Amino acid sequence: MIERGSSPLLARAQEADTDGWGSPPLSYYEHHHLPRFGDIAQGNDELAKKFFAWYGAVFKDGALTAREKSLIALAVAHAVQCPYCIDAYANDCLEKGSDLSEMTEAIQVAAAIRGGASLVHGVQMLEHVEKAGM
Amino acid sequence: MSVAPSEDGPRAAVELSFRGAPLASAEAQRALLDRVVLPPAFASATFDGMVGGVTTGRLRVLQVNLGKTCNMTCAHCHVDAGPHRREQMDDATIAHVITAMDRLRPAVVDLTGGAPELHPRFQELVVEARSRGIEVIDRCNLTILLVPRFRALPTWLAEHGVTIVASLPHYRSRNTDAQRGDGTFTASIEALRRLNDVGYGAGRPDRQLHLMTNPAGAFLAPDQAATEVVWKRVLLDTYGVRFDRLLALNNMPIARFLEWLDGRGGTAAYLAHLVERFNPGAAGGLMCRDTLSVGYDGATYACDFNQMLELPVEDDGRTLNIDDPSVWAEGRSVRTGRHCFGCTAGAGSSCAGATG
Repeated sequence: MIERGSSPLLARAQEADTDGWGSPPLSYYEHHHLPRFGDIAQGNDELAKKFFAWYGAVFKDGALTAREKSLIALAVAHAVQCPYCIDAYANDCLEKGSDLSEMTEAIQVAAAIRGGASLVHGVQMLEHVEKAGM
Repeated sequence: MSVAPSEDGPRAAVELSFRGAPLASAEAQRALLDRVVLPPAFASATFDGMVGGVTTGRLRVLQVNLGKTCNMTCAHCHVDAGPHRREQMDDATIAHVITAMDRLRPAVVDLTGGAPELHPRFQELVVEARSRGIEVIDRCNLTILLVPRFRALPTWLAEHGVTIVASLPHYRSRNTDAQRGDGTFTASIEALRRLNDVGYGAGRPDRQLHLMTNPAGAFLAPDQAATEVVWKRVLLDTYGVRFDRLLALNNMPIARFLEWLDGRGGTAAYLAHLVERFNPGAAGGLMCRDTLSVGYDGATYACDFNQMLELPVEDDGRTLNIDDPSVWAEGRSVRTGRHCFGCTAGAGSSCAGATG
């Protein structure tokens, strides 16, 4: 752990809740960010175009319906805990005709996989204990 | 005609007019919509500007609003209908409507309200229209069919080949009851079974059963065709209910839905959403191009929404009533406002479902 005041910059940041460079207090996720997503092209237009074209294609009706894909997106948004995606796909699921029951079941799947992913690593622990123990 | 207390249906709200709510007046609703500040990109957007103006074509649908009396009080009702409302079409106006069927020769007479079945001359209007070979739509709230004195109505409607457009926001009870009142979903399923029992929903042209879904909140209606597949499967598998078509309708920022929006500070966000999701492809199918809406007092409108906002069809500032010889003219400019963005958002929206 870094002790408080171990550097003048860190001390100032901790006192003022800034990054030391004059930035406002931390408020990382803002509602206006998502509508600006397209601005990511400013640094590399070609890659952004490819990304958005691919992204759009992914969500079209295919072997899975656009409605089902939106529920998957909602679940993944919770797994990766992206607030922009949660807002966007909560609304998108509603506008694709899903309701709270379906949306809740989708995020329960995400939660189950996240929980299961932690717990199944218990087998690593178990094998370690088996090797180390008598 | 009123609703006997014993015939009251589910309640999700109380009428704005009965409460004396500020938004009970159409003028107050129009003023609220007009003063909303849209995001900078759309600040100067007008409906006419984005659509290029709307003009009438050939008349196809004569939509007759028989009155504001209803056995239900749905939370989103753009009519502000309910059991406390007494406004009903009088005999003289009914006579004018029947005469207009001969003069205007619509393909469809679309009966709405309130609950149109509560009007004492509902069946008579159906017979008059059917005897002229006109398709008749009954915009039915379903729960009315469970009222004892209407128990024989499904059979009667089937015998007269009436198309039923029935309101059902969702195929699960939560959203349906939240919007239309506790118990609505169960009652609606029972009513749909009775309609199925007399031949509705099995693909027969003279027994068409259409369900109309609208969002239970401040978001747009789903894609009609894709959603119909899911609805048909769920309703059949879960409840044994069949229907012919699903129609998807956006909620219009009018009357009780507008009050609900504004009460949560959401009017600007909803209007902005409608404008942002403007779909030019939906403009061609706008129902106001081929529909004439008649109010209970005989005044005419481009649609039921203009009717509730009291924006009548006018000629040199004079309201045109249904008995006026010039009530329909091709090429007439349709009166529009910000509420019209509800009909062009997403897949488009109309009393006949998506337009895009």
